[in-house]
Amino acid sequence: MRRSPEVIPAAGPPVRSRLGRARIYLLFVVGLLVVWEAAKFIGGDPWRYFGWEWRPPLKFNVLNDQGLPHVWDIVGTMIGPYRRNADQSLFVYLLLKALYTWREAAIGFVLGGALGMALAAAFVHSQLLERAFVPYVVASQTIPIVALAPMIVFFFGNNVLSVVIIATYLTFFPVTIAMIRGLRSPDPRALELMRSFAASRRTILWKLRLPASLPYLFTALKITATASIVGAIIGEGPGAIQGGLGWSIIEFNQQYITNPSKLWGAIFVAALLGVSFYSLVRLVELRVLRGRPEASAG
Amino acid sequence: MTGERVTDVPVVSLAGVDKDFALPGGATMTALTGIDLDLRRGEFVSLIGPSGCGKSTLLRLIGDLTQPSAGVVTVNGKPAPQARLDRDYGMVFQAPVLFDWRTVEENVRLPLELTGQERTARDARVAEMLELVELPDFARHYPYQLSGGMQQRVAIARALTFSPAILLMDEPFGALDEMTRERMNSEVLRIWEQTGITVVFVTHSIPEAVFLSSRVVVMSARPGRITRIVEVDLPRPRGVETRESRRYFEMVTQVREALRSGEGSGTSDDSLASIERAEAEGLTG
Ligand SMILES: Nc1ncnc2c1ncn2[C@@H]1O[C@H](COP(=O)(O)OP(=O)(O)OP(=O)(O)O)[C@@H](O)[C@H]1O
Ligand SMILES: [Mg+2]
Repeated sequence: MRRSPEVIPAAGPPVRSRLGRARIYLLFVVGLLVVWEAAKFIGGDPWRYFGWEWRPPLKFNVLNDQGLPHVWDIVGTMIGPYRRNADQSLFVYLLLKALYTWREAAIGFVLGGALGMALAAAFVHSQLLERAFVPYVVASQTIPIVALAPMIVFFFGNNVLSVVIIATYLTFFPVTIAMIRGLRSPDPRALELMRSFAASRRTILWKLRLPASLPYLFTALKITATASIVGAIIGEGPGAIQGGLGWSIIEFNQQYITNPSKLWGAIFVAALLGVSFYSLVRLVELRVLRGRPEASAG
Repeated sequence: MTGERVTDVPVVSLAGVDKDFALPGGATMTALTGIDLDLRRGEFVSLIGPSGCGKSTLLRLIGDLTQPSAGVVTVNGKPAPQARLDRDYGMVFQAPVLFDWRTVEENVRLPLELTGQERTARDARVAEMLELVELPDFARHYPYQLSGGMQQRVAIARALTFSPAILLMDEPFGALDEMTRERMNSEVLRIWEQTGITVVFVTHSIPEAVFLSSRVVVMSARPGRITRIVEVDLPRPRGVETRESRRYFEMVTQVREALRSGEGSGTSDDSLASIERAEAEGLTG
């Protein structure tokens, strides 16, 4: 098939602008670290390196070495062994924990996504169901997760299942709300068009409503990608799941007085996990929405 | 007497059709009243009338996209709902209504996907349809990469994939500039001649209606009804010479006067204005 020259190919942003964006991210990170250390330089604990000493003119408790360790101290802790005489560095140790937590979160993410989509499909097809159940769906989200987590653990036991359920619980709601909107987004004429083809409700759902809802779905999934990780991390505490990042955070919290850098490292890895999961969803989004005008946005 | 293929078997028939809409607050609004209309097979019929006179509603009644409050709609010899289920007609709206996540060929293929047709036959049919609307080079493009006129041609191809007996078009070229519109008119005539399909064509443009049609159905508003049916006896095939012929101008005048006299009763300012607008659009182009 011949392509005519005047048409812009449907693709993501050009490579050059992507490189430019990477440089901006990098610059931002460097800037953040500079601000971090500058703050400590002005209001933190004294700096003592190679016999050289600097006494900051101001004093803020949050900026002392206990509250905000030096960036190089955190890096040093991260590349050092995770505990005395261990072969593994703390960073690799935390990455493996993060992978474990990610697995729980991902299962919850998928289950929550499926549950959200199923609920939305039901609500869009039945006003009765919508009116009867949407208030409960909304109400369920007003219960704080810290109150709910121990209850879920009580019902489902000290195991990964409880953590997955907590992640699911935090995931399904944004998907439900976005999908109700997305499944209703088709132009009324598009629905009439499908009727003119004698399409069944099922076919209309698969061929029209669902594809039309995908931009809405991905907006929700980008939110729930991070929410599911928060859910899994929180759930590991009451669930006493020791393989994941949540447990490390609790553990390092207790060691905070002796070594605050460990907790900061764990926080960094948790953030890295969240950003990675988000980026993964975004990549899938770009792939799935390829060719649509809204694909390159957001 | 207009086209050679026209026969006397009615392919669409409306008998004593009324359409009322329920308004919020319990009132009803009569959109159409006392509609009697028989369309012969292979005919090209235009519906013309002021805004709000029920042209789209009439088209949607034929397509069973809305149901009559009274009367009977028969399509292809069956009740309208059955004809819809049998896919006896194709519909083209004012906007192309293409699915923006599908390429041109995937859009045209959509109706065939609902029938579970065999793949090679399906692809051949899609290629044939794109050939018909002269867009084979754009099969892999997405809708947003096409001009408005091209998008509307894709919509026409999609409406024709089932080889329906009837093509319903609701102001398909209303959003296009005059030049493109004239080209599209010739294109539609070519397709009509090639396929032998019956076309019901809603328009606001008197010249467009006259140029295309075997008959022009003139309607008036409040309540919507048919005030006159003008037979257009211009010879076919029609082309540039047609638009410049004396007879063509006479027919345009005849339809305009029919529209005017229809306005004599139940006139309202905005409907008059819309006729005036339609005229201006048509005759300055
Ligand atoms: N779903 C609906 N509910 C209530 N009233 C409606 C509905 N659809 C159409 N109407 C009314 O019926 C009348 C006819 O509408 P219709 O769309 O058929 O007009 P039209 O001749 O196609 O107008 P236009 O030329 O502006 O497209 C209008 O007064 C409109 O307000
Ligand atoms: Mg209309």
